[in-house]
Amino acid sequence: MKAVVSYGLIGEKIGMTRIFTPDGLSVPVTVLQCGPCYVVQKKDIDRDGYRALQLGYKEVKERKLNKPLLGHLKKAQVPPLRFLAEFHFKDHEKYEVGQVLKVDGFSVGDRVDVRGISKGKGFQGVIRRFGYSGGPKSHGSMFYREPGSIGATDPEKVFKGKGLPGRMGRDTVTVRNLEVVAVYPERNLLLVRGAVPGPAGGRVLVFKRAS
Amino acid sequence: MDRARILRAVEGSFIKDDSEIPQIAPGDMVRVHFKVIEGDKERIQPFEGLVIAVRGSGVNRTFTVRKVSFGVGVERIFPLYSPRIERIEILRRGRVRRAKLYYLRKKSAKESRLEERREA
Repeated sequence: MKAVVSYGLIGEKIGMTRIFTPDGLSVPVTVLQCGPCYVVQKKDIDRDGYRALQLGYKEVKERKLNKPLLGHLKKAQVPPLRFLAEFHFKDHEKYEVGQVLKVDGFSVGDRVDVRGISKGKGFQGVIRRFGYSGGPKSHGSMFYREPGSIGATDPEKVFKGKGLPGRMGRDTVTVRNLEVVAVYPERNLLLVRGAVPGPAGGRVLVFKRAS
Repeated sequence: MDRARILRAVEGSFIKDDSEIPQIAPGDMVRVHFKVIEGDKERIQPFEGLVIAVRGSGVNRTFTVRKVSFGVGVERIFPLYSPRIERIEILRRGRVRRAKLYYLRKKSAKESRLEERREA
């Protein structure tokens, strides 16, 4: 079940910097470019079994998209858009297909959640990936960064979910409760306090949970 | 617009004008008038010393000031564009051949005297 949101947008991570408050405190911020997002489709209980708004973001040239997607966007009479994402808006009924959503739906002081895809770390061992402590580095130790025992003999199997080396990162990560520090509607920019998952240029979903 | 330019534009409004801030360089003797907030009172505390490093770019630019106070070396890092900095006075410009003067930490006061910079 999707979280009910009071507002949400698709955006892009621009990067991090710092800004100063008038009384001189330095605030670490992530700059996000969000919207304008178009409502591409409304999903309703009768037709689709659930309620959601499908939003589209980032206008691109028509030749950058494939025909099925262009057809879908054409039905909504919106420009060619690269990304689509669904949000379950609290006031679902108020929105119409083709409507444009912008950053001005967020205001300074709001608490938002930001969802993105974290940076890929490649194939990592058990210490980096799961925080195992590892063994001594010297005194003849032959147990530096090993996973150690992966289970007892009695169950005669390794339990599901046992942490072992493997691909790390590139997971969908949501950071909750980030403070909106500034909104620049004329540039579609949103400044949130703290870090946000993913590389600069990565796609993010920004939304305000309805309490 | 590309990302670097958007970032610079966001930072731009927090960067003070060149006219407000003197050009500081490693080797300069400076007095930094820094606002300190104690409880609900605000006062200005000067910190005087030698600039031994300037690093960072944009709003992230900081400089390190070193002084020796009662025989103890004290270093303070100030963000160049901090609104807490009331004023920076340049007392003397030293001629140095390095961007980072960390080697002065190991020198005595006498050895760390610098020749005055002459503007060409």
